[in-house]
Amino acid sequence: MNDIFSAMTNKINIYKRFLLLFSVFVSFSVFAQTENGAEAPKPAKFNAGELIIDHITDSHEWHIAGHLAVPLPVILYSQDKGLSVFASSHLEGGEVYNGYKLNKNEIVAVNADGTTDEVATSKLWDISITKNVASMFVSIVLMLWMFISAAKAYSRNPGKAPKGMQSLLEPLIIFVRDDIAKSAIGEKKYKKYLPFLLTVFFFIWINNMLGLIPFIPGGANLTGNIAVGMTLAIIVFLITIFSANWNYWRHILAMPGVPFGVLFILTPIEIFGMFLKPMVLMIRLFANMLAGHIIALSFFCLIFIFAEMNTGLGYGVAVFSVAFTIFMGMLELLVAFLQAYVFTLLAAMYFGSAIEEHHHEEAHH
Amino acid sequence: MELVKPAFGLIFWMCISFGIILYILGKFAWKPILKMLNDRETSIQEALDSAERAKEEMKALQAGNEKILADARHERDQLLKDAREIREKMIAEAKGIAAKEGERMLKSARENIQNEKMAAITELKNQVGVLSLEIAEKVLKAELASDEKQKALVNTLLKDVNLN
Repeated sequence: MNDIFSAMTNKINIYKRFLLLFSVFVSFSVFAQTENGAEAPKPAKFNAGELIIDHITDSHEWHIAGHLAVPLPVILYSQDKGLSVFASSHLEGGEVYNGYKLNKNEIVAVNADGTTDEVATSKLWDISITKNVASMFVSIVLMLWMFISAAKAYSRNPGKAPKGMQSLLEPLIIFVRDDIAKSAIGEKKYKKYLPFLLTVFFFIWINNMLGLIPFIPGGANLTGNIAVGMTLAIIVFLITIFSANWNYWRHILAMPGVPFGVLFILTPIEIFGMFLKPMVLMIRLFANMLAGHIIALSFFCLIFIFAEMNTGLGYGVAVFSVAFTIFMGMLELLVAFLQAYVFTLLAAMYFGSAIEEHHHEEAHH
Repeated sequence: MELVKPAFGLIFWMCISFGIILYILGKFAWKPILKMLNDRETSIQEALDSAERAKEEMKALQAGNEKILADARHERDQLLKDAREIREKMIAEAKGIAAKEGERMLKSARENIQNEKMAAITELKNQVGVLSLEIAEKVLKAELASDEKQKALVNTLLKDVNLN
């Protein structure tokens, strides 16, 4: 048993993480934060913070078990060197390859003497296939297979009762159509937005669930990454403002039925609210999924923290930790669905408000 | 700050991947699936509607059936009544005809009898005549069998004759 623990701590030492990041996410810090400094990490000491951050952030390799990891392609573009593509295994252990080095998770350009070249780094475009990107590709292949095979099943036996994958997906598709799109956008115009809403819903849900699988091809914290939430939120925002009608803009810029003086306060608030809505979408998805991953990992870290004090204590805590992780896993399954639902519903409501026709009642505000 | 700093690479791949999946699924999955779901819902609605219509038609048909049945019953009664009337009329007619015929037959029988009677009487008269003549002949023959008798007769006859 001690071998496993030491293997675990060895692995962590390779990455040499810092605890600095934690101060940002105090709200998530249900785990004990140890105070050993970034300058001199003791090699044998188990560091829960490092382990968790290592798991929830993106990475240039896909970790399998122990020292085994799948190297992923690194794709870099800089004006000086052009496009360079190589396997991430070249950068393992902080080695310099082709003038690049892995600093934490970030690839930086280095000078000949091995120091970081700040100017070149700021001009470096990193479009590597990271763990999250690879996981997204897996989810996309999965989605294409699921939905295209279901679509084929529909055209193969039209007018028949659904079977297999069809009957799994059909209630969900009908749920998105009737309870999200129709109810939030309205009977008349929902059809235009339905393909997007369905895609977003299943994209988030499937990626949430893939994130719950602790081993390859799951385990990536894709939906808990702010870039994904941001991209989706920006798409929602763009669709909202491009499909907005006169009624929507009038309510933002000059709310009808409001005294002229009040508009000086109200209009900035409304404009701020317009941008706030997608921000909220992004933060909700990001924070919820991230918190779920952190909690699950924290329970496991407890085992190793206690095992460091006493091996027997580690075993004892393991029983409770596993039980709690199972409980959290169940909860996360619900959250995975719920977040997909909430994101899609809110997106649909924003679209609905953007295309809402003017009501003649004066008392609607 | 790594957690809240969106990575350019991930946004880049996210845009590409999401765009591709939105396009492919929109074209090859959502369109046929939603169309089929819509078609199926329409066909179920139509089936329900047509069942409702059939039910109403059935009801109307039942009401019609009852009316037809009542009509038929009425007609049957009418027919029976007519038949009874016709029967009675026919019997009455037949009776009348039979009586007339009987009368006619009786009359002709009576006439026949009369004729036969008359014929028989005539025959009898003729027979009587013939017989009288034969008797007279035989009597004459016997009276005039000798000369004396013939002379006696002539004398008698001459005696009767008055010479005026």
